Amino acid sequence: MEAFTTHTGRAVPLRRGNVDTDQIIPAHWLKKVTRDGFEDGLFEAWRKDPEFVLNQPERQGSTVLIAGPDFGTGSSREHAVWALQNYGFKAVISSRFADIFRGNSLKNGLLTVVLPQDAVEALWQLTEADPAEEVTVDLVGRTVRAGSLEAEFTLDENARWRLLEGLDDISLTLRHEDAIASFESGRPSFKPRTQAA
Amino acid sequence: MGRTLAEKVWDDHVVRRAEGEPDLLYIDLHLLHEVTSPQAFDGLRKGGRAVRRTDLTIATEDHNTPTLDIDKPIADPVSRVQLETLRKNCADFGVRLHPLGDDEQGVVHVVGPQLGLTQPGMTVVCGDSHTSTHGAFGALAFGIGTSQVEHVLATQTLTMAPFRTMAVNVTGELPEDVTAKDLILAIIARIGTGGGQGYVIEYRGEAIEKLSMEARMTICNMSIEAGARAGMIAPDDTTFAYLQGRDHAPTGAEWDEAVAYWRTLRTDDDAVFDHQVVIDATQLAPFVTWGTNPGQGAPLSASVPDPASYADAGDRQSAERALEYMGLRAGQPLREVAVDTVFVGSCTNGRIEDLRSVAEVIKGRKVAEGVRMLVVPGSVRVALQAVSEGLDKVFTEAGAEWRHAGCSMCLGMNPDQLAPGERSASTSNRNFEGRQGKGGRTHLVSPQVAAATAVTGRLSSPADLADDRTPVEV
Ligand code: SF4
Repeated sequence: MEAFTTHTGRAVPLRRGNVDTDQIIPAHWLKKVTRDGFEDGLFEAWRKDPEFVLNQPERQGSTVLIAGPDFGTGSSREHAVWALQNYGFKAVISSRFADIFRGNSLKNGLLTVVLPQDAVEALWQLTEADPAEEVTVDLVGRTVRAGSLEAEFTLDENARWRLLEGLDDISLTLRHEDAIASFESGRPSFKPRTQAA
Repeated sequence: MGRTLAEKVWDDHVVRRAEGEPDLLYIDLHLLHEVTSPQAFDGLRKGGRAVRRTDLTIATEDHNTPTLDIDKPIADPVSRVQLETLRKNCADFGVRLHPLGDDEQGVVHVVGPQLGLTQPGMTVVCGDSHTSTHGAFGALAFGIGTSQVEHVLATQTLTMAPFRTMAVNVTGELPEDVTAKDLILAIIARIGTGGGQGYVIEYRGEAIEKLSMEARMTICNMSIEAGARAGMIAPDDTTFAYLQGRDHAPTGAEWDEAVAYWRTLRTDDDAVFDHQVVIDATQLAPFVTWGTNPGQGAPLSASVPDPASYADAGDRQSAERALEYMGLRAGQPLREVAVDTVFVGSCTNGRIEDLRSVAEVIKGRKVAEGVRMLVVPGSVRVALQAVSEGLDKVFTEAGAEWRHAGCSMCLGMNPDQLAPGERSASTSNRNFEGRQGKGGRTHLVSPQVAAATAVTGRLSSPADLADDRTPVEV
């Protein structure tokens, strides 16, 4: 997983609440065999509408999504996180995230930032007024900055540390490789193997 | 205080325990199939990681595989890509694979036990919820998600949140016409589809001890349908006899050492379960589902329940919705429900003993007109054994289709599916809306009920059949 310290980029104001994972990535995309290539499925139904904010030329290359409350509800599919990342998003800001989606996002290095709804509203207005406005999501200082606006956020220490260090669950476990190896050395020889060692 | 079987197996696998963190557990056996593994291998590649223990990992193809014309290229391009991806991943990472056409291919939960790879006291995982099947050997066996599959491939461990323990005590003996499938359907109807949430269930008692390994696997397989994290049965002489001589079972001095350890895998007399359920086996009868979740079941002799009879508003609503989807009316006797399709197979009831019991009922009889019956062995080995016993002939002479091994009509992911509105009696484990094909209606049944239903065309048990067989030579 890539480390996340601070990120600055243009934003997409998504004025919608209750965006469920079926909207983020529809079910028929789940037959794919990679974690890549989900970008075209992101918000697929909404993108058929030329007016949809993601379709606006000035939003191309944006990396921060500012969404309404209850983002990521519904099915637990990890593909929703992959789709946002494949599209280029590094951070999502909302006043409330669904639990499973939040867990999946942090596991995959997509920073989900919880801000009060009035701060979200202020960011919406700012980035709607000027699409070139850049938003900085600073995990070191735990703040979001844009224009004259500055808002603090919190994140549980363990999750923050893992993101700052770029540690995924696997790298964390591998820090205890000694313990794994020593457990293995005591494993009884009568236990089966699928092939010759 | 004493410990339960599940706690003993857990404790024996703790690699690391730290205050405020979940335990890191060692995994003894990792089973893979084509559907939930591709992104996990992809993750390994991106991270530049290897499979830590290829010698504790094994893969087979089952969900997408057709059960006809298996020598021809697979028609559905999406299924074909999933299988080709598994083959490439296994080749690249050095994982043993039993592909379509191989003598050891089959449903992943049938393959592990028959090779002797599933043994008492092990931790077994697979990216598939019915991994609970392997608990029949006294193993702690969990279904896991794709990120966890990657984690196990890379580290051979898993961090696991603690579980609670439940004992399901089945007292007395099962009546002669009642099978393990009837028993587990009755258990799920009793505790509900969410009743096992957070628990590892241990099935105990006289009726359980008398069951064969195949029957125990049927029971543990469906633990997940009660919402449980896993199901287990303490290993005993039946378990050891099943294992002895299998490809991967220990031999010689190691066998003795293993058995000595396995015998310690019993819940201590003074251990305390977080929850207990008692089921009187002597009161059970053949059991079938009428609704759209495995908890919506009733004895075959009963009628479709009236949703109005449910006290809980949620249960009432879900019963109403289920009857509408299933095209049934309250008060309709279950024995009058006519089916178009009978499916025998799956990791619940696709083992040799299941096929034998179907053959015993259907031998010398005919599948009713207008009914399609599919008999799908759970693995190639099961198929070969069945053929050597002449069971395939019994099926085809009765008018059933004898197919190649795979998940088949257990789920609508391969060509074997119900058409919208079609109704099946199925020996599989899930009767969810659309599970066997869009709009398909599923009644979960035992192999014996499936066979009798095929003969009459209506939900039936062998006791309902007239004694008019034509003699068949086998
Ligand atoms: S037979 Fe059915 S339940 Fe078993 S692994 Fe295959 S699809 Fe899943």
